[in-house]
Amino acid sequence: MARTVWDSSVGKKTVMAVSGLIMLLYLVVHMIGNLKIFFGPGEFNHYAHWLRTVGEPFMHYEWTLWLIRVALVVAVFAHATSAYQLSRRDIRARPNKYVHKKARASYATRTMRWGGIILALFIVWHILDLTTGTVHSGGFQEGHPYQNVVDTFSTWYGNVIYIVAMLALGLHIRHGFWSAAQTLGVGSRNRDRALKTVANALALLLTAGFLAVPVGVMTGLVS
Amino acid sequence: MKLTLRVWRQRAADADGAMSTYEVDGISADMSFLEMLDTLNEELILKGEDPVAFDHDCREGICGACSLVINGDAHGPERTTTCQLHMRSFADGDTIDVEPWRASAFPVVKDLVVDRSAFDRIIQAGGYVTAPTGAAPEAHATAVPKPDADFAFEHAECIGCGACVAACPNGAAMLFTSAKVNHLNVLPQGAPERETRVLDMVAQMDEEGFGGCTLAGECATACPKGIPLVSITGMNKEWLRATRKASRR
Repeated sequence: MARTVWDSSVGKKTVMAVSGLIMLLYLVVHMIGNLKIFFGPGEFNHYAHWLRTVGEPFMHYEWTLWLIRVALVVAVFAHATSAYQLSRRDIRARPNKYVHKKARASYATRTMRWGGIILALFIVWHILDLTTGTVHSGGFQEGHPYQNVVDTFSTWYGNVIYIVAMLALGLHIRHGFWSAAQTLGVGSRNRDRALKTVANALALLLTAGFLAVPVGVMTGLVS
Repeated sequence: MKLTLRVWRQRAADADGAMSTYEVDGISADMSFLEMLDTLNEELILKGEDPVAFDHDCREGICGACSLVINGDAHGPERTTTCQLHMRSFADGDTIDVEPWRASAFPVVKDLVVDRSAFDRIIQAGGYVTAPTGAAPEAHATAVPKPDADFAFEHAECIGCGACVAACPNGAAMLFTSAKVNHLNVLPQGAPERETRVLDMVAQMDEEGFGGCTLAGECATACPKGIPLVSITGMNKEWLRATRKASRR
């Protein structure tokens, strides 16, 4: 079955849909976690520590966290690989462009590929900035995420990168969530409006929720 | 009406093509788009030039032979086939761009004529019902619920013109294939081959070099027969069901 799925364009779209939904689920949890920054360094840092102790004593320290990280890496890799292969196929299928050009499809639909690339680059920067601290501005403090977040959003480029990425994320989810539903065969004429509404609501909620943090730092609400 | 036409001219499949400009005069608003091209071709023949090659057959909007991307739209500005598009949809003095379907699976044969036999091969892969031939069976021998019959008929309307492929930014044949799959898979007559049909037709579609679906929705907008975008969702569902069933065997 795995072979049939991976060899088919419809199958690869299924891989994209499922991996996309896994990442989406993670983002909802991540966004809710981020909002704890508005309740002060104590609560935020405690939450960050709790993430490492989830599942104890059954799980050892950081086991759950690493399990989630592995699942996410697999999802990102599956999503990106199928996107790359499907895009290659799409471009090959339409080598000659029309002379008479027309603006086609919605903005969210047209920006899926570039938006995806922006998000991939953002993820790399984001991990190097706030997980490993490699490219962090100022001194990165292990175990003090509150201060690290404030540091990042105190630089103009930190804000710019983050805001651009979150807007790309919103657009990506707007078309991606609805598309995933169609790929998995759960869409229908009657459900179409509901699915589009949920896609837009998720896109708006996640973008707004994530953007609240840099806006909070910029306005001095979080310092 | 007096019009300026910019038409894709290409001598042969392996030759380079380009847009050529022609002026046509005395066009009636009641002419169909193909009759307008006939007028142009008569003039070209009288001048001893090579007429513009284009596909056409029934000229009633039911055979799927005509094609043409007119001003960037498959079958032009109205939601119908090119043969049923009338010149009243244009204004006197307009410049109209006429191009062939563009997809690597639909290579240009000459000028505006493309080879659509890739569609035939998709049909050969599973777009049929294996039934004993002979005298027509009694109409009520196999009961079909009314909603299923309507659903099948809606998809059976597909004339296989290829406008969906021409309009798709990825040159995908998902709408065409899904129309055929949905049409037969919902009916009791199509049930014995329900799984193999969708698996084989999708595999053939990939084999022909069509692109994949990114749900841009251009296909359903261009379709002269109004096959809905949700058709593709239905085919995806059938494909996943068939894949799961096949793995259990």
